[in-house]
Amino acid sequence: MSHWQTICEVDALQANSGVCALVEGQQVAVFYMPKSQSVFALHNYDPFAKANVLSRGIIGDLKGEPIVASPVYKQHFNLKTGCCLEDETVKIPAYSVRIDQSHVQINLDYD
Amino acid sequence: MNTPKKTLVVIGNGMVGHHFLTSLVNSPIKETYHIVTFCEEPRAAYDRVHLSAFFSGQTADDLSLVEPGFFEQHGITLHIGDKAAQINREEQTVLSDKGVLIHYDTLVLATGSFPFVPPVPGHDRPECLVYRTIEDLEAIATVAQKSKVGVVVGGGLLGLEAAKALHDLGLKTHVVEFAPRLMAVQLDEAGGAMLRHKIEHLGVTVHTGKNTQLITDGEHCFNKMCFADGEELETDLILFSAGIRPRDDIARACGLEVGSRGGIVIDNQCKTSDANIYAIGECALWNGMIYGLVAPGYTMARTVVTDLASQPASFTGADMSTKLKLMGVDVASIGDAHAKSQGALTYTYQNGDLEVYKRIVVSADKKHLLGAVLVGDASGYSTLLQYCLNGIELPEHPDTLILPSRSDESGGLGPDALPLSAQICSCYDVSKGDICQAIEAGCSTVGDLKAGTKAGSGCGGCAALVKSVLNSELTKQGVTVNTDLCEHFAYTRQDLFTLIKVEKITTFDDLIEKHGHGLGCDICKPTVASILASNWNDFVLKPELAPLQDSNDAFLANIQKDGTYSVVPRIAGGEISPDMLITLGQVGKKYQLYTKITGGQRVDLFGARVEQLPLIWKDLIDAGFESGHAYGKSLRTVKSCVGSNWCRYGVDDSVGLAIELENRYKGLRSPHKIKFAVSGCTRECAEAQGKDVGIIATEHGWSLYVCGNGGMKPRHADLFATHLDKETLIKYIDRFLSFYIRTADRLQRTSVWMENMEGGLDYLKSVIIEDNLGLCEQLEEQMQHVVDTYQCEWKTTIEDESKLKRFKHFINSDQADDNIVFIEERGQLRPAETKDQKHFKLVEVA
Repeated sequence: MSHWQTICEVDALQANSGVCALVEGQQVAVFYMPKSQSVFALHNYDPFAKANVLSRGIIGDLKGEPIVASPVYKQHFNLKTGCCLEDETVKIPAYSVRIDQSHVQINLDYD
Repeated sequence: MNTPKKTLVVIGNGMVGHHFLTSLVNSPIKETYHIVTFCEEPRAAYDRVHLSAFFSGQTADDLSLVEPGFFEQHGITLHIGDKAAQINREEQTVLSDKGVLIHYDTLVLATGSFPFVPPVPGHDRPECLVYRTIEDLEAIATVAQKSKVGVVVGGGLLGLEAAKALHDLGLKTHVVEFAPRLMAVQLDEAGGAMLRHKIEHLGVTVHTGKNTQLITDGEHCFNKMCFADGEELETDLILFSAGIRPRDDIARACGLEVGSRGGIVIDNQCKTSDANIYAIGECALWNGMIYGLVAPGYTMARTVVTDLASQPASFTGADMSTKLKLMGVDVASIGDAHAKSQGALTYTYQNGDLEVYKRIVVSADKKHLLGAVLVGDASGYSTLLQYCLNGIELPEHPDTLILPSRSDESGGLGPDALPLSAQICSCYDVSKGDICQAIEAGCSTVGDLKAGTKAGSGCGGCAALVKSVLNSELTKQGVTVNTDLCEHFAYTRQDLFTLIKVEKITTFDDLIEKHGHGLGCDICKPTVASILASNWNDFVLKPELAPLQDSNDAFLANIQKDGTYSVVPRIAGGEISPDMLITLGQVGKKYQLYTKITGGQRVDLFGARVEQLPLIWKDLIDAGFESGHAYGKSLRTVKSCVGSNWCRYGVDDSVGLAIELENRYKGLRSPHKIKFAVSGCTRECAEAQGKDVGIIATEHGWSLYVCGNGGMKPRHADLFATHLDKETLIKYIDRFLSFYIRTADRLQRTSVWMENMEGGLDYLKSVIIEDNLGLCEQLEEQMQHVVDTYQCEWKTTIEDESKLKRFKHFINSDQADDNIVFIEERGQLRPAETKDQKHFKLVEVA
């Protein structure tokens, strides 16, 4: 069952950067690329640094895939899947996120 | 089973004696010897070649050639300040002045030479000195203090070096030479004349063809020199540099064979007439020749080590070609510079405007280069030397080698033309084959090669050649040296800098649209952010710039392992009033921050949550602090000692200068962090020689050092300029920093930047001091713009409500991050260990 909830308005996001939202007690990093009108959401916890910091990483792309680089030790995570590029045994939760009208909506269910 | 060790005694711990010891301890045969060395001077081996650096602020320690702990580590007994006085060849013993008696199995004489002082009446007057040891230099400095005029007797290589020293000490300097021209051994007449002209232009008067007959009381100066032609010259100080004589007295006294004009006779294995005794360096006479250069002495030292190991070794003479900078003038001489070979042809190029003189000497069949003389421009030295040493066939028109090329085509000899046996580095005897082997083993940068083979780490004259061999070999191996910044830009950092500057690009989007592809990444974004800041100095958290900033710049603070930040306010020069210190304490207490003193003479406040940063800074700015830019790849601190205001040794106001410099360059973004220091005297309490830019006060003005650093690979800074007034000093630093910012790679400290630069320090000097790229005005403008547009980034941030939005942990809640947990230790807070932290469970896939 999909469960979409609005977390904020688009203008609360930072263009070409990330922010962190508190959703049902969980920290969710939301990244926004206005040019392609895309949004991505990962858990905010960096498993290497063991700190809630991923929303503060630089975003961009590597070999065509959207990524965020950890601000602490610079590992890259795929924004769509949460997979770490440097260590394939590490994956962080990725969430469905969308812009509906001007609302940023997230679905915390993942499989 | 132990065979008893034999005893090897080395007499003399000069450059050659010490090179022998270092070669010996790197050889397996060192295990068979108990090693003893006598050193007459009060200090162990030091660099006599760069002796004049002593006058520009280098200390005896700086000149030392002995690695710390060398003698202890290798079990070598060093008798310092004790002269070996007698050899008894029958008993095989050496007796020293202090009465030490040692039996030897093998003896190595490395007694060196002494300066020749012509026996003219008056040569022993108190102001008559020589130039050989550090003690000599100290005596020169003492006499120079009460002198106005100085004369160097001897216009050879060492004499001109000594003249530079006197000139630098502020004396009106004369050079008196017996021969009709300067550097008579190395240069031909026209080359000598060009050198004379250039040196006189620098303010040194040259007298050639002068035979000194008497030194007596002067009328205006302490002394007067009377010449055979009836002329006289008044002078205070007289420095003899009229050649060297081998120190063979100890060998003579024990009956070893010596030459009729001195020198201990040796064979091709450097053995003397006694099979148990070797002689190496300037005391040795091989084939009727004394070699007064260090490189042949080193070769002799290595020959002895090889011979002791019972391996075939022979010394068969040495190339006496030299290239050096005399008082800023490039001079080089190769092989048969005087065209004495039968049938030799000469080609000469002379440019009166640029004051350049070049001559090559070619064999009668025009196939081989026999010699060359270069004055004013020695850039062709390596190529010509390779032609000469390796017998490489000359091009059809040999004069193309010295004629200036008016097109882009370089007349140089490609590295592929050299045989593997070609010697590339003469200081450490590294061949092209050695370099190729190191490249095959994985060396891929000049830095790697220097570390691996030592090539280029002596005089540095071969650096350009080393680099071209490297590039050519890498290309052959099919290694394309990819210098692209990242997958988004097929450009180097330097290329991007130029594009941004020339096209006046101010945003990342604009740049990537015109010159790159994709979205960018954590390599190119911060690099471009830094270049934009260096050029335009816009506020780094402007909406279009903020997403480009690296972790620390993005929040104007230093991120720590738990996601909290540390805060470092600027304390220029490390000077802080009690009230300001109290404020720091109050702020630390109010926000429960862990406080620590940094290495850069300021205070770091740790454990600030992202949402606390603006509050902390509001308090700090209200109290008069400003951002310390500890978060940026930018100027960090200008450290200083307390200087002449308080210190009883202080020569100048180091704190005042440090504050002025820190305030001038604060906020300047650069490829890597930059650190400065200013010391108020040569005691160097601010450790300026370990900084990117170091300044030391002397009685004659400021000395500027560049390209040092501490950290993982510490590097001692290089002396860049001396006797500077403040205005010139700042001008040089402006140019230096601007040039670094323009041309360095991303995250390249100044040290590595300079080491990878073709031409190294000399090239850097030519760009910054002599302006040979015509760039200085631009470099100064570039810096002035940054200085004029400085802003405290924290002041700008807290004054703008919209900028504060990013300093929250959650966009939709005022809660704090519950993963940040502190515990107390030694009365302050620190991050709790992971096990104490409450965090969400990781999802891992196999």
